Amino acid sequence: MSAPNAKRRPGLLATTLVLLRKDLLIEWRTRARLNALVFFAMATLLLFSFALGPDTKLLERNAGGYLWLAILFASVLSLGESFRVETENACLDGVRLAPADARAIFLSKALGNALLLLALAVVLVPVMVALYGVRIVTGVGDLAGILVLGSLALSAPGTVYAAISSNARARDVLLPLLLFPLVIPALLSAAKGTTLVLQGDPMQQLGSWQGLLLGFNLIYWGVGFVLFPRVIED
Amino acid sequence: MNKFVKFGLPAVTLALLGAGWWLGLAWAPPDREMGEVQRIMYVHVPLQWMAMMAMFINFVAAVTYLLRQSWKTDAMAEASAEVGLLFGTLGMITGSIWGRPTWGVYWSWDPRLTSEAILLVSYTGYLVLRRFVEDPEKRAVWSAVVAIIGAINLPIVWFSVRWWRSLHQVQSSPKTVDPQMVLPLRVSAFGMLALLIVFMVHRYRTALAERKAEVALPEALPTDDPALRASHSSKVA
Repeated sequence: MSAPNAKRRPGLLATTLVLLRKDLLIEWRTRARLNALVFFAMATLLLFSFALGPDTKLLERNAGGYLWLAILFASVLSLGESFRVETENACLDGVRLAPADARAIFLSKALGNALLLLALAVVLVPVMVALYGVRIVTGVGDLAGILVLGSLALSAPGTVYAAISSNARARDVLLPLLLFPLVIPALLSAAKGTTLVLQGDPMQQLGSWQGLLLGFNLIYWGVGFVLFPRVIED
Repeated sequence: MNKFVKFGLPAVTLALLGAGWWLGLAWAPPDREMGEVQRIMYVHVPLQWMAMMAMFINFVAAVTYLLRQSWKTDAMAEASAEVGLLFGTLGMITGSIWGRPTWGVYWSWDPRLTSEAILLVSYTGYLVLRRFVEDPEKRAVWSAVVAIIGAINLPIVWFSVRWWRSLHQVQSSPKTVDPQMVLPLRVSAFGMLALLIVFMVHRYRTALAERKAEVALPEALPTDDPALRASHSSKVA
């Protein structure tokens, strides 16, 4: 797509969008990943209610935590898959030779993963309303904010670690082992934020949890942007 | 290996730790509120300080490696992460032994303890990654990236007792404890520092030797040296 002379090489943003479009197109043509994720996460939500017994009060009180645990478990599958398509037939090398900036590869992969997790979250909320009997108290806008920030927060460090573990032995063990401890602050604030949205926020705490999520995002998107080129260099 | 590192440093370590712990157990007065139990501070606090220091060295080594590739900084990163995890785990165990009589529980979900647990798990992940990547160069780069990302936790653990005032007391330091406890704490801390150095030097040398063997050994060639042959076959397996 790029001309041989360097002047007409597309910029970072343009490259990112092209790569993102490519990833979304692959996803759209098969729709395998999103379908699998949705059913996996729904099964997880269902399993929580079996594991805890049919106590609707308990389920309703902890719904925010269960939602984010389901998303986190699903994200491990999704992140691993996002680099599996690139390792087949050495596609990643092809993209690098295109030549695409490695930072654009990071941005497109992380954004793609975040979009997929967001779509998953949007599907899961009505399921949660049906299964756990939750109500959205403080408004859909607040919920959307938490879902967007939370999906972004899981996908930035997740993309770096997925790129590393996709090439290592025992990748299925490695990714959660690296990712889970790291995203605890994001998981905690997303779960707390969601719980506040679902149960009312009389003490006005929602803003501080959103702030924590935003800070987490800034740190890990920044670190990922800087360090990712070293991860996939040859 | 030079003589001082082999014999002198361990001797200094034993002397300092012996003196520090004798001072702490027999010479220093018991704490006004916690009584004799508080004496575990002379082990717990230096252990945690040294764990923090080792993990900070790990961060510095990782950054240095990314700026200028060298097996020495990679070996230093491996050594410091392992020794840091050891000291941190021991620090957590001594902490929970201290917690049981004073707080009534071995473990509480206090911010300090929680963030420390996260830190230890993330360094475990780092060491697992090192075991699972065979290519030494990729292993060095990837583990450096993971170390830098993980090191964001370090300031959170250190400041957690100040940001969230909760069960865990603010860090003990020579400024916050009674003058009679300062001397044993200082001597024990220097003893623990010497122990850290002993462990680090040995682990660093091992790591560097492993790296050199991995990089230099021709895969297919048989070797007469039994030591090399052993390391070769273990690598293949």
